[in-house]
Amino acid sequence: MKIKAQVAMVMHLDKCIGCHTCSVTCKNVWTNRPGMEYVWYNNVETRPGPGYPKEWENTDRYKGGWVMRNGKLHLRAGGPISKLANIFYNPNMAEMDDFYEPWTYDFQHLHQSPKKEHLPVARPISMITGKYIDKPEWGPNWDDDLAGGSEIVPMDPNVQKLQEHIAMEYEKTFMMYLPRICEHCLNPSCVASCPSGALYKRDEDGIVLVDQDACRGWRFCMNGCPYHKVYYNWNTHKAEKCNFCYPRTEAGLPTICSETCVGRIRYIGVVLYDADRVKEAASVEDPKDLYEAQLSVFLDPFDPEVIEEAQKQGINHSWIESAQSSPVYKMAMKWKIALPLHPEYRTLPMVWYVPPLSPIMNHITNEQELTADGYIPAVDQMRIPMEYLASLLAADDTDVIRRVLLKMAAMRVHMREKTVGGADKLKISKLLEEAKTTPEELEDMARLLAVAKYNERFVIPTGRREMVEDLHYKQGACSIEELAPAEGMVTYPFERSENQ
Amino acid sequence: MEQIFWWTIFPYICGAILIVGAFYRFIFRGKSLYAPSTEIFEKKWLRMGSVIFHYGIIFAFIGHVMGVLIPIGVYEALGINEHFYHFGAIAGGGVAGLMVVFGLVVMIARKLSFPKVRVHTTFADYFTIGLLLIIAALGTYMTLIFSTTVVAYEYRLTIGPWFRSIFTFQPLSNLMLGIPPLFKVHVVLSFFFFASIPFTQMIHMFSFPARYPTRAPQQYRSRNGYDKS
Repeated sequence: MKIKAQVAMVMHLDKCIGCHTCSVTCKNVWTNRPGMEYVWYNNVETRPGPGYPKEWENTDRYKGGWVMRNGKLHLRAGGPISKLANIFYNPNMAEMDDFYEPWTYDFQHLHQSPKKEHLPVARPISMITGKYIDKPEWGPNWDDDLAGGSEIVPMDPNVQKLQEHIAMEYEKTFMMYLPRICEHCLNPSCVASCPSGALYKRDEDGIVLVDQDACRGWRFCMNGCPYHKVYYNWNTHKAEKCNFCYPRTEAGLPTICSETCVGRIRYIGVVLYDADRVKEAASVEDPKDLYEAQLSVFLDPFDPEVIEEAQKQGINHSWIESAQSSPVYKMAMKWKIALPLHPEYRTLPMVWYVPPLSPIMNHITNEQELTADGYIPAVDQMRIPMEYLASLLAADDTDVIRRVLLKMAAMRVHMREKTVGGADKLKISKLLEEAKTTPEELEDMARLLAVAKYNERFVIPTGRREMVEDLHYKQGACSIEELAPAEGMVTYPFERSENQ
Repeated sequence: MEQIFWWTIFPYICGAILIVGAFYRFIFRGKSLYAPSTEIFEKKWLRMGSVIFHYGIIFAFIGHVMGVLIPIGVYEALGINEHFYHFGAIAGGGVAGLMVVFGLVVMIARKLSFPKVRVHTTFADYFTIGLLLIIAALGTYMTLIFSTTVVAYEYRLTIGPWFRSIFTFQPLSNLMLGIPPLFKVHVVLSFFFFASIPFTQMIHMFSFPARYPTRAPQQYRSRNGYDKS
């Protein structure tokens, strides 16, 4: 058993209002530089829709993630040998037009235009070529809130899969928001795709990072990631990606996207997992078993054996404590209401989603009678087709989605009964039985999902550098680089002690 | 003069620039050991140009190893006669040369004709492609036309021994005096190109990730780069 800690996130989609505050703050912190204008480490997509980049879920085109071939796990785009043979050109990589060509406007013209009969206009200028563009044809969230409607929605690979179920009539349309960041997977295919070995997973917290010194710009990570969350900086010619705001999380602060989330949909916590079981879990034959297989790699932070072993392997006490009060552990592993995005990619993603319940249900004629057990059939007739959610979050297994939605519905019914009363107790118990839950669990859930404060939503242990590093050596070594010995360089007389 | 400068001093100057420059770049400019890719801006023409060029230049490199580095005695010992060797060299080298020239033409045309790519093309890119194009065009001409119409020149008796003698620091520069002028230009420009490698994107040839197939697919690193526990 090789125990590792992972910082993970849950997003409660029911609460996402699609305001893009997360994207904007993330952009302002990380990607407002030349070469990165088109990059959004965090983006919020309206689904159904093509997403960002367009059709990122189309694995036939981008060939991201892993597949099982002859009972073994392989990169879908091809292994190391075929990558080296194709290193002169990456056939599966997205082009800038799949994201969008970033542009600004000629604002100066508004100031400097001579007096004319007509008002001056600010024409769009490409931020790639610096030349005027006649008209931008795609941009960030071009398809926000189903804009483009029946022309754009069919570009969604999930919709194409379920064509017969999805109606485009106005009365039957549905939509939801899907905020996305890097999944910081347990079995990251971007890392395995990198010829230079520049991408790596951090031992301490599982954050996947790109070593800018080692990256040689071969670009296989871009489409190797099935979520398309590694980007090419055309200015530095290197890959960059979401870094889970590690300078913040190391200090015990939530990522900037979580910190600024208006709907407070995001939760961050630590989970412990067995790194030795990751490959096995990613290699189960049936994609529908991947969700359960992924759950099986996580370890119970209350198990004394796990605690003892974790301490032995160098995971310190504050991390184990955080794992015990981790909101992610509760939602994803204990209550099982948070699901991984596209588990069929076999990367074991670590950003989990609570599927949305909100949109009004179809075909409910008598709302008065919809008290408790009425929810059982109603869950099957929700506005967002269960097949669609299953295609996103459960490798097409609608049973998983149904179980979660039922539990969420049961929570609402139970809490309504508790605060305003008036429901038939017997019927509620029937609903609870069907949802396989208890009033205590539902109350815990309601607490975390609805009222939890900052400290409950974000349980992040600090990087605890004082535990692992030779601070005596570091003293006075960092701020004036090039003059003082750089951090980590062993220089006489600052010899590091042996047993670090 | 020609013997002293072009066939004795010049190769060493170029070699020294290549070696010192490459080390300098690896040590002090270690973040730039790549070929700046513009694939994100344009894919279709890159596929045609880049793939054909790179495979062509790999074949051409193997061909030069066979013709220049491997002594003629090896072929004689293996029983490969001159006629047979030249047939192989003209056929194989001709194909490789045409691939290189075609690829380079496509690549430079692509750089000039797509505005997004053109903006991100530097002088070094044009210089490298232009110089390579001249060298490759000369080489292809010598292989396909010169050696079939004028004379099937036996460079394994002159250029080959001279090139190998550079590495033993006993340059047999007198061998180079009588070779056809086209070959002389090809050789001089090639050395000039070698000297330019550390200053252009050509440095990426030393970044080939040969270790990739043997390394573990998943990479873990500790936060402290030096702490390997």
